[in-house]
Amino acid sequence: MSQRIDVKDLNIYYGDFLAVEGVSMAIEPKSVTAFIGPSGCGKSTFLRTLNRMHEVIPGARVQGKVELEGVDLYGPDIDPVAVRRNVGMVFQRPNPFPTMSIKDNVLAGVKLNNKRIAKSDADELVESSLRGANLWNEVKDRLDKPGSGLSGGQQQRLCIARAIAVKPQVLLMDEPCSALDPISTLAIEDLIQQLKTSYTIVIVTHNMQQAARVSDKTAFFNIAGTGRPGRLIEMDDTSTIFSAPREKATEDYVSGRFG
Amino acid sequence: MTTTPTSPAAPTAERSPRRRPRRHADTERGFSRVFRWVTTSAGVLLLLVLAAVAVFLVERGWGALVASPADLHANGGLPKQYGNLLAFIGPLVFGTVLAAALALLLATPVAVGIALFVSHYAPRRIAGLVGFVIDLLAAIPSVVFGLWGTLTLSPVIAKLWAWIADVLSAILPGTVNATPTGRSLATTSLVLAIMILPIITAVSREVFKQTPRLHEEAALALGATRWEVVRTAVLPFGRSGVISAAMLGLGRALGETMAVLMILSPGLGYSFQIFDAGKHQTIAANIAANFPESAGLEVNTLIATGLALFVITLVVNMAARAIVARRKEFSGAN
Repeated sequence: MSQRIDVKDLNIYYGDFLAVEGVSMAIEPKSVTAFIGPSGCGKSTFLRTLNRMHEVIPGARVQGKVELEGVDLYGPDIDPVAVRRNVGMVFQRPNPFPTMSIKDNVLAGVKLNNKRIAKSDADELVESSLRGANLWNEVKDRLDKPGSGLSGGQQQRLCIARAIAVKPQVLLMDEPCSALDPISTLAIEDLIQQLKTSYTIVIVTHNMQQAARVSDKTAFFNIAGTGRPGRLIEMDDTSTIFSAPREKATEDYVSGRFG
Repeated sequence: MTTTPTSPAAPTAERSPRRRPRRHADTERGFSRVFRWVTTSAGVLLLLVLAAVAVFLVERGWGALVASPADLHANGGLPKQYGNLLAFIGPLVFGTVLAAALALLLATPVAVGIALFVSHYAPRRIAGLVGFVIDLLAAIPSVVFGLWGTLTLSPVIAKLWAWIADVLSAILPGTVNATPTGRSLATTSLVLAIMILPIITAVSREVFKQTPRLHEEAALALGATRWEVVRTAVLPFGRSGVISAAMLGLGRALGETMAVLMILSPGLGYSFQIFDAGKHQTIAANIAANFPESAGLEVNTLIATGLALFVITLVVNMAARAIVARRKEFSGAN
């Protein structure tokens, strides 16, 4: 249930502006890969190219290849809608659908594309997804209440439940804890450790301790200056990045000398 | 540095428990106080105007409300076939509500469609053009709509109505009539629908544009097509706004006078023969048609029908608010 991603010479544009330049990397299945770097270095932008969410912004486009198990996601016959069903995403701010109950939020992705689902199957899927997101015990008595009534951390776990309910191969997380308190953050980090046994997980984070805690591999992005494209500086095992990075810039960043 | 026993953030209530402080009293000074006064008077003024209209309607309609049927028949302009005032107002209310409801039924889906096209489908330049044309519709005076409806639309659309009436006659028990002039309630409602289209479209468009980007992206990231984004994120978010927009439109359709007066061939009765002439009349058009030749108690009778229209509008708006409030928990406002 998890697949590898190979990125080859990817350039990312907003209109004519080159935002990220020449990224190549391999993301291993059943592992957690963290992207770190200063604000504006293009790590979130790069993450959004992995499920073709980048191109929903008018004028945004990419050059190069993103391969999921060898299949180029930007190939001519590839439907972006199908890509996004395969590569789930959790956003920076929790965004459960406010007009839906907790249960309907979990089922939102499953009910797309006019798929019908039997009530017993639906109940089972709701329970397994919420259990998978460590939220079941907290919400099992109020599944019909709106998701917006939950706390921020619970809402974020609801969004994770919603993302894993469609059984994706890969789960992308764009700073999933940046709007959460430390206890909720801990809950999400524990959850990431559980989820990596079944999914390929890619997480963008501003928090270097978080990257060190949760990830197996870490990629450091940097930007030379305003208006210049962001670049992948180096990618290695997380322990190596934080103890003995090859690049000076990486060492400066992880040791807190800038950024 | 001095330390005060109470921090500045402590509520005033704790310091003087006897006097109940007004909300935000601690932050109101200078212009803030003036602004509060301005907004409060605007709100009060609105209530006063509404109350003044209600008082006028009751006071001037009172004569007809308390007059005996015999008096109304002799001096009040009440047609002989109606035993009392209510029996006369009934068909008018029926015609008014039927015309407005049909107009709303025709206009709302089209307006929502246009609003979605403008806010989520069309390229920016085309969206701007369509929005401009719709806004232009709102600027056309109702007398022009009336002229167009009666001179141009009625003769043309009559053929369509006749065809629909034939089909319906074949399906339904009984006969569905259609007038060859086209000056029926169906034509009236169609013109009313065009007249209320701009307001419903404009309000819906603004609401749809306010859909949080986060919710749309949430749907996209789950693998939603564009229509599914609209269905899961945009429409639920805009639901209460669309209802409000429809109510604004309904208010206009209920009260529209000139276009109805010019298009509709009037008649009093309870009839669903919407393609036939001389079967319906609305309150507003009836007042406009009869007011110039009325005096004394006849005026009171007309104003009493106006009171009925006022009540309908109030009831419709309260019903709409109840609908919007019923699912408040899920509105996304919390």
